Amino acid sequence: MAEKGPKARALAGGTDILVQLRGGRFRIDRLVDVKDVPEMNQLSCSDEEGLTLGAAVPCYRVYEDPVIQRMYPGLVDVATLIGGIQIQGRATFGGNLCNASPSGDTIPALIALEASCLIEGPGGGRVLPVEEFCLAPGKNALGDGELLTALRFPPPAPRSGAHYLRFIPRNEMDIAVAGAGASVTLEEDRLHIKSARIALAAVGPTPIYAIEAGGLLTGREANEESFEAAAEAAKAVAKPISDMRGTARQRVHLTGVLTKRALRKAAARAKEA
Amino acid sequence: MSKKTHVTTNINGSDVEFLCESRQSLLEVLRDVLNMTGTKEGCNDGNCGACSVIVEGRLIDSCLMLAVETEGKSVTTIEGVASTDGLHPIQQAFLEHAALQCGICTPGFIVAAKALLEREPEVDEGRVRHWLAGNLCRCTGYDKIVRAVLDAGQRMKGG
Repeated sequence: MAEKGPKARALAGGTDILVQLRGGRFRIDRLVDVKDVPEMNQLSCSDEEGLTLGAAVPCYRVYEDPVIQRMYPGLVDVATLIGGIQIQGRATFGGNLCNASPSGDTIPALIALEASCLIEGPGGGRVLPVEEFCLAPGKNALGDGELLTALRFPPPAPRSGAHYLRFIPRNEMDIAVAGAGASVTLEEDRLHIKSARIALAAVGPTPIYAIEAGGLLTGREANEESFEAAAEAAKAVAKPISDMRGTARQRVHLTGVLTKRALRKAAARAKEA
Repeated sequence: MSKKTHVTTNINGSDVEFLCESRQSLLEVLRDVLNMTGTKEGCNDGNCGACSVIVEGRLIDSCLMLAVETEGKSVTTIEGVASTDGLHPIQQAFLEHAALQCGICTPGFIVAAKALLEREPEVDEGRVRHWLAGNLCRCTGYDKIVRAVLDAGQRMKGG
């Protein structure tokens, strides 16, 4: 990768990059298949260590893993709604993140779950919070010769839950018109919110970490009134464009609806956890 | 013309060797190099599922996999579904339920249904519809396909 610099790209599931290459989106000299690199294929999940998800692990390995199902149902939500079964057999969280699409479905869930990007390159390794990874549509924070090797998730806090959902015109197999991911951690009383994180898809040039929307929930009761306030704050940071999938106005409205729904489900999961 | 790569793989139970360019998809090689034209090209970008094949037990779109990636792997295509004794129960059910019209999507649906029913013969309608969401059919309206797959599941369970 280092040798070819920007003319080399990593191939994981190939569900984006092969289509982009065929469409002439960019020209490269070399595609490096990273699916046999052990660090990139690792999937280890435990209560003590949290989850390390290799960047080349396909979606099905996430949703078929019983430990992930128990610990990170919010990730399972995403893995099951990306593409169809064929795509889930190949597509990876790492690839979806590197593709840095504004509508990338995994990214709000990764932000809500406080994932970090483990990056290796000619200058050594570095760790980057996932919300700093996407810079512009199709542009990520990787430098020349750098590679995203894995995503690391902290163990879920006690009494926490997460959820991601999106709006699309059909039931499956579509690109988000808008999406929202949320995680909620409750106080010991299981009524008040200790902390929350909210992230949005398809309503800006990159996925958006709505830090204020999540932050204002701290100390509030986990109820409709609080979720409504967070949804309004999320709408305030949504800066969508109008395109063939939806108008800017519709997307701002959807951001509010989806944020509330994501929070409701995340809070319900937190109560059960 | 770039240099070709020699690939050894197993297709439908037989070891197969072929030469391909590294940019060629598995779909291109199946159809244009190996003359296995049962697998269809629809959209060639992972939306329609017409090119569905099973690689190492996993249902994938062959347009989105490079042929060189199949080195040492096992691939099942539509040509490997029927046995020498006759049609597979899924194929038989598709015929009896008239679950096809123009037929272009049919190989993809049958391969996708096989990948499902071999894991889970006990499926309900919701599961079938969810599983087949990555396969598009512009003729039938899907109902007959779904009924055929449910029926085939019953036959495979019994058989």
